[in-house]
Amino acid sequence: MYGGIIASILRRINMNNDRLYERYQRQLILKGFGAEAQQKLLSASVLVIGAGGLGCPVLQYLTAAGVGSIGIVDDDVVSLSNLHRQLLYNVQMIGRPKVECAVEVLQQLNPQVKFTVYNERLTNKNAAGILSAFDVIVDGSDNFATRYLVNDACVLLNKPLVYGAISQYEGQVAVFNIEQSVNYRDLFPHPPKEGEVLNCAEAGVLGVLPGIIGSMMANETIKLITRTGVLLSNKLFTYNTLNNQTYELELSKRAETSSLIPESLQALEETDYEWLCSTATVVNEIDTATFNTMIAEGKAAIVDVREKDEQPVVAESHADFVKPIAATYVLVNRRYDYCILFVR
Amino acid sequence: MITVLFFGKLVEIAGVKTEMPLVSSTDELLDQLRLQFPALAAEKYIVAVDKKTITANTSLTDNCTVALLPPFSGG
Repeated sequence: MYGGIIASILRRINMNNDRLYERYQRQLILKGFGAEAQQKLLSASVLVIGAGGLGCPVLQYLTAAGVGSIGIVDDDVVSLSNLHRQLLYNVQMIGRPKVECAVEVLQQLNPQVKFTVYNERLTNKNAAGILSAFDVIVDGSDNFATRYLVNDACVLLNKPLVYGAISQYEGQVAVFNIEQSVNYRDLFPHPPKEGEVLNCAEAGVLGVLPGIIGSMMANETIKLITRTGVLLSNKLFTYNTLNNQTYELELSKRAETSSLIPESLQALEETDYEWLCSTATVVNEIDTATFNTMIAEGKAAIVDVREKDEQPVVAESHADFVKPIAATYVLVNRRYDYCILFVR
Repeated sequence: MITVLFFGKLVEIAGVKTEMPLVSSTDELLDQLRLQFPALAAEKYIVAVDKKTITANTSLTDNCTVALLPPFSGG
């Protein structure tokens, strides 16, 4: 009885070659999905940032589902401690670049998918170039610097962002930046400083959790591409593996969000996300002449973190430039180009 | 009464859930919570009232649920 439907699907999406119908048969016959949705997947391109705990299931399901073109960004190598949760890899792969190992496995899963690998860290310098080549961005990274960079780049490039993050027994999923929806900075405007929030290496994670959250991210990505179902846009979904509790929040836009995102791709390239998240330390000692020039130009904020009686005292004439440590956010707003730190 | 739900690392400080006497606003509630759980003061989190995130001090009604969610970076 499916003969007529199958013939029609084959005609519509030209799947006579490479046994495409057979490969995707179970989703093609799905009510509300079918040939048109499959064609959208085959024509889509998705960039997966991070080929770790979240990236592995995202990559496996998107490859299996038939996304036409998949990019993978990761600068890490496979290690033994990855294997309890990153199921694309095995012991033979330890020490080899993740992107290389991932593509080996994924290409065998679905030879028709075109893979592009970026065996490098996503940075403010390369982000716009890499992201602009893809329709949908999936963030499975493991640090705040990358998460804020990816969000800001997606806003500037007007790309939908499928977000997932995990910690210990809990996971979060959301879809940002589609049709005027909220973005990550509407949820968490400012990056936490290093040490304020623990990462997986410090806090631990059970292997199943990224499997669940990553699978949900793949599901949102497929729904987004095929325009099926209801997306987690303007929403944050949370799941707790210990008590099976789910919690779905409605997110609102924040007035300050747009002022926190670089104004242009050029400004993005000049924003140091590692610094904003305190994951990098750039210390340049300056002499008096440089100090005076910076102050005269009004480009620098002074942050004095010393005890009150420490010398030298910042001159009264410069008092206007002295900011409390809590106000280092001024740099985020780019009102100043430099931060001069008085330390012991 | 107000039901307060905690997520992520905040669970270690305050448990999964606590009941608080009714106060008029989220600012007042957060003050009370910080008195009861001083370690909360050092934490970063967003606040949701009845499953909607808030961006400013918000008035509370009896039997509402407030959730405190920290950011996660793990992947």
